[in-house]
Amino acid sequence: MDFNSDKPIYLQIADSICDRILSGELGSEDRIPSVREYGAELGVNPNTMMRSYDKLLGEGIVFNKRGIGYFIAPDAREKVLAQQRADFLEKDVPAILERLALLGLDTSVFNKQ
Amino acid sequence: MIEINNLAFSFGKSPVLQGISMKLEEGKIYGLLGENGVGKTTLLTLLCGLKRPGFGDISVDGRAPFDRLPSLLQEQFYLPDEVMPVRATPAQFASERACFWPKFSFINYEELLREFEVDSTQRMDKMSAGQLKKTWIAFALACGARYYYMDEPTNGLDIPSKAQFRKALMKYTSDDSTMVISTHQVRDLESIIDPIIILDSKEVLVMATLEEIAQKLTFDYGKELHPEALYLEQTPGGAIQVYPNTTGEESKVNLEAFFNTVHSHKDVTKQLFK
Repeated sequence: MDFNSDKPIYLQIADSICDRILSGELGSEDRIPSVREYGAELGVNPNTMMRSYDKLLGEGIVFNKRGIGYFIAPDAREKVLAQQRADFLEKDVPAILERLALLGLDTSVFNKQ
Repeated sequence: MIEINNLAFSFGKSPVLQGISMKLEEGKIYGLLGENGVGKTTLLTLLCGLKRPGFGDISVDGRAPFDRLPSLLQEQFYLPDEVMPVRATPAQFASERACFWPKFSFINYEELLREFEVDSTQRMDKMSAGQLKKTWIAFALACGARYYYMDEPTNGLDIPSKAQFRKALMKYTSDDSTMVISTHQVRDLESIIDPIIILDSKEVLVMATLEEIAQKLTFDYGKELHPEALYLEQTPGGAIQVYPNTTGEESKVNLEAFFNTVHSHKDVTKQLFK
């Protein structure tokens, strides 16, 4: 994984798990690797991995079965969708509109696609 | 837990370290940063018991490293910057030395050598510097030690080996191990070291987790100049600016920029991370 964005790495890891949930690669009740396994896969510190998992746990996207591991929550996809839609409308859309205005274009460009 | 209390060390009359106090917790991978000559290697050699503290003391779960108790030595590994080109193949080397570490795993050793693409039939004194370093890293991680002290471990490694090294650090150590890694190559280890210790002219300037750093400082990669920037570095794609975090929102910590910020604003950052 290449941590190129300006976001903290722990958020980028959480985002990538959410993306895999959206794409269907990770489904309801699927097990995800332990903090250390995932850390070894990505070459990332256990603290950072733990923060990613804590965030997803807090949002109810992932749940923890004691002694067994971490799993994708049954309603994870709905939660991620709602979250990312809100995020897209709040951040990406204004950025796109701003860029369109800067380039002397308007939203009609989308109709041509 | 490793506790360092008011530690001082001098070479003859010139002091290298003074009044160093800190606690190093298990399960963490500490990154020890500092300019040349600030005492990073000295601190590591004190931690592993090669040197005797001039003043103060070090306790590694209740044991003083300089007592060199076998019970502690078999649980620790010190990997110096320059490693010995032993007159033996990696396999011969391990068959002689592994007995000093009861948890040594030959399976992990072979796996590590394979992952690092080291030719295990070649004599270590005939290897290139990079191959030799990788052999030693493989040996170190196969020891299953609880305390690791590594001095510039990525020095001499080629680009793919650096990524291998980061993965291996996580894969072959456990949650009860404590690692202290000194480095100038912060980019090599950026995602793997946390907390960060910055050593400067005999003392600890800052010791903080990445979370604390991101909460206290904002790393802005945008193009708009910030009036309160403590540090500004032009990059091909724009700039990196560092200024106090006033919004509470975390950004991605850039360790090089952090190091330079700390260095150019010692008092401000000391105050911030007190």
